[in-house]
Amino acid sequence: MVNISDFSLAKLVSGIKRKDFTSEEVTKSFISNSEKSKKLNVYITECFEEATKSAKNFDKKKDYKGLLAGIPIAVKDLFCTKNIKTTAGSKILHNFVPTYESTVTNNLWSEGAFLLGKLNCDEFAMGSSNETSFFGNVINPFKDKLVPGGSSGGSASALAANLSPVTIGTDTGGSIRQPASFTGTVGLKPTYGRCSRWGIVAFASSLDQAGPMTKNVEDSALLLQAMSGYDPKDSTSVDIKVENYSSKLTDRVKGLRIGIPKEYRVDNMPSEIDKLWKKGVDYLKDAGAIIKNISLPHTKYALPAYYIVAPAEASSNLARYDGVKYGHRSKGNNLLEMYENTRSDGFGNEVKRRILIGTYVLSSGYYDAYYLKAQKVRQLIKNDFDKVFNDVDAILTPSTPSAAFKIGEKKDDPVSMYLNDIFTVPVNLAGLPAISVPVGYDKNNLPLGLQLIGKPFDEQTILNLSLAIEKSANFKRKINVWWN
Amino acid sequence: MTEKKFDYYIQGEKDKWEVIIGLEVHAQVLSKSKLFSSSPTKFGAEPNTQVSLVDSAFPGMLPVINQFCIEQSVKTGLGLKAKINLNSVFDRKNYFYADLPQGYQISQYKNPVVGEGEIILDMPYGTKKIGIERLHLEQDAGKSIHDMDPDNTFVDLNRSGVALMEIVSKPDLRSPDEVNTYIKKLRSIMRYLETCDGNMQEGSLRADVNVSVRKVGEKRFGTRCEIKNINSIKFMQMAIECEAKRQVELLENNKQIDQETRLYDTKKNTTRSMRSKEDAHDYRYFPDPDLLPLNLKQSLVDKLKKELPELPDEKKERFIKEHNLSAYEANILVAEKEISDYYEEAIKECDKKLATNWIIGDLFAVLNKKNLSISQSPVSAKNLSALIKMITAGKISGKIAKDVFEKMQDDNKDPQQIVDKENLIQQSDPKELEKIISEVLSKNQDKVTQYKSGKTKLFGYFIGEVMKVSKGKANPQLVNEILKIKLK
Repeated sequence: MVNISDFSLAKLVSGIKRKDFTSEEVTKSFISNSEKSKKLNVYITECFEEATKSAKNFDKKKDYKGLLAGIPIAVKDLFCTKNIKTTAGSKILHNFVPTYESTVTNNLWSEGAFLLGKLNCDEFAMGSSNETSFFGNVINPFKDKLVPGGSSGGSASALAANLSPVTIGTDTGGSIRQPASFTGTVGLKPTYGRCSRWGIVAFASSLDQAGPMTKNVEDSALLLQAMSGYDPKDSTSVDIKVENYSSKLTDRVKGLRIGIPKEYRVDNMPSEIDKLWKKGVDYLKDAGAIIKNISLPHTKYALPAYYIVAPAEASSNLARYDGVKYGHRSKGNNLLEMYENTRSDGFGNEVKRRILIGTYVLSSGYYDAYYLKAQKVRQLIKNDFDKVFNDVDAILTPSTPSAAFKIGEKKDDPVSMYLNDIFTVPVNLAGLPAISVPVGYDKNNLPLGLQLIGKPFDEQTILNLSLAIEKSANFKRKINVWWN
Repeated sequence: MTEKKFDYYIQGEKDKWEVIIGLEVHAQVLSKSKLFSSSPTKFGAEPNTQVSLVDSAFPGMLPVINQFCIEQSVKTGLGLKAKINLNSVFDRKNYFYADLPQGYQISQYKNPVVGEGEIILDMPYGTKKIGIERLHLEQDAGKSIHDMDPDNTFVDLNRSGVALMEIVSKPDLRSPDEVNTYIKKLRSIMRYLETCDGNMQEGSLRADVNVSVRKVGEKRFGTRCEIKNINSIKFMQMAIECEAKRQVELLENNKQIDQETRLYDTKKNTTRSMRSKEDAHDYRYFPDPDLLPLNLKQSLVDKLKKELPELPDEKKERFIKEHNLSAYEANILVAEKEISDYYEEAIKECDKKLATNWIIGDLFAVLNKKNLSISQSPVSAKNLSALIKMITAGKISGKIAKDVFEKMQDDNKDPQQIVDKENLIQQSDPKELEKIISEVLSKNQDKVTQYKSGKTKLFGYFIGEVMKVSKGKANPQLVNEILKIKLK
């Protein structure tokens, strides 16, 4: 039997526009899946009633306009949504209801979509396994007790389990691409400045970027197109025309030069990752792309630099959660005590760890040695990319050094957890676009993805290359619904 | 004016000490909206009615630079003859306080928008150049109100995010008088530029004072203390003096000065320690990642420079040259833009010398007495000019003019109307005057005889009598001439 919820975004939109089925039918199908999937714990807030109402209203419309006409979309709970609780996965915002709508979600609604719910994520997007969420672990639909990755873990699981046609996430160091890789889905982090950060709960301002999470590359192009755009309310957003990514999407990649960076062949990398990478190279070679060996010499400094810059910014960004204005407040006998109690009680351990690291690296006497040094390293990493992009059009790497791991496996070993982002972090430091596309499975039958890194604002090229890989790999998400 | 010599020193038990002062002035930028949000900045609004989601630091809110505030700071920099930094950076100054919603203040730390400049002070002992170290832009915090409720502190965020210019002087000031002149001159420049209204009562202009002392002749600076948030020039001057004396006493007793922040107690006229250097906040400054570095175009700076109004120093030079004023007079007339505007309006049609005397003399006396600013003057420049014209045209005497001026203060009355209504026009008809004079002389035959026999002092008496009869309206010059002839 054909289930509407198996359809891609592109198919759903055209089906609704052709009146093959209604928005209400689509919405109900995803709600029904969601109702049966509580075990995965992907939702922090369900908006099923409102979504059904929106779908009904949509169906009554005379003409079905917009790139996302009639599509219900669940979004990561980092996007502020008007009159809908927005928690960032944290106790400190467990009761926070914004009076405003983030620019990115607003862009989706302007294209005819509506909100299905708010998805679980690591607290303030700090984590690679969704284990830091105040609202509990998210389960990877591939297997029980398996993490979906993070921080956009709820988004990735919801997508893989067909609980939302597409979703959006945010990516500060790999938070879209790593969970996409862990769940056999497509996750794209756009160029820094492509999507507005206005209304997204900030983690690290110079790294955060929202992006599409979809079941296939075609949907990624469509959703990216819908969510992107210049926003005068975000000074770091860039006023560059949004491409018609979908109509320009092609798997003809002949002549494109693909860089293979030697520094991404890390020690102790599972051989299956290496094999997967070679497979990707072959796919592109077969499609007529030119493979070039390149060097990004400062890659090994990316992770340490990231874990200075990101916590530094976070320590300052999270200072506003003080119990004075909104969100959680604990009692105290004076202002200082109220602060201490509120923040001790409101933040989880990983967030506290990063606030401490960030505060430390910005402190007088340490600033030059840590923060300033990290910024210099960041510039060198960016220079590395600038240089190789004179010779190549895109770079192919693995998305992650391993497949999804078990809940609890790395929880007490932050460094091993951080190492998960080793291939994704340099991209954020350089502000580049990158996409993770599913290619194969490891020996445990867990999905693995490859990452394509593009030039600034050249999302089109990595989308095209991903499409070529997608076609050759013919990846199928092998999920039997075990959790019902 | 005789040139005085600088003589502000603290005389200790053992030595004579020089006082070194540097000022950090916080001047609120005159702008309709805040530095990074579109909220209005009007003073005195109901609490928390001028607050946006950005000002109250809601999740996901981002600052956007208000271009107008940037231009205001550049204009101020140009007015201080300072270097404009085309590339500057907004940094975050991190600290927790209830009225600081973001948990950090957006400020400029290493790369301010304006670099070194100067202010010229006119002191009784000559002009003195005071260096400006820098000017940077920053956000104001909100206001904590502790006395509205016994158990709670209330916070008003209307001020949160309002643009401030922090103007840091070099340690070039040497006395409370120089501090007074410096602040007034700085205020005047900003008011000329319309970049800050300089209203100290409303907190648009606040200052922190750095004070240290050193023995006369010593080249090195001593350890300084910062005195925070003094809201009047008078208190600032008192605070400096008592702080300098405290430091001298410590040093002369071989004690050390701790570099610290101190508070001035206006009631006891003492300063006390607020926090020591060890307790000083670590503000963890770093570039605000929500804002791109501020890059100004030279063309914008050039444009603003071209549009700059005439500033007090230039105006003073011009007044001396064009209107033949003394430096003293010019200084007074350019001290405030409104005074110079008044003066220039007045002299459009009347005698400059007389206008200067009337403004500096009679008008200022009235303003002082009634505690009014020149813009609230009860006599408009136009009417004062009309009055002076009547004097020079011989229509009224100087003495009558004083009376008319008195009456003009009632609702800015037109002097012509007063003169007409009260029939105060000067009698300059020689025939009429001759009649009065003859009358006076015939009534005082005895005195005429005395006069003619050599008691020439009586001439004044005759004039007085004529004036009395004419109710002060007789043209004194004509009376003089006619009398001389009649008494020959």
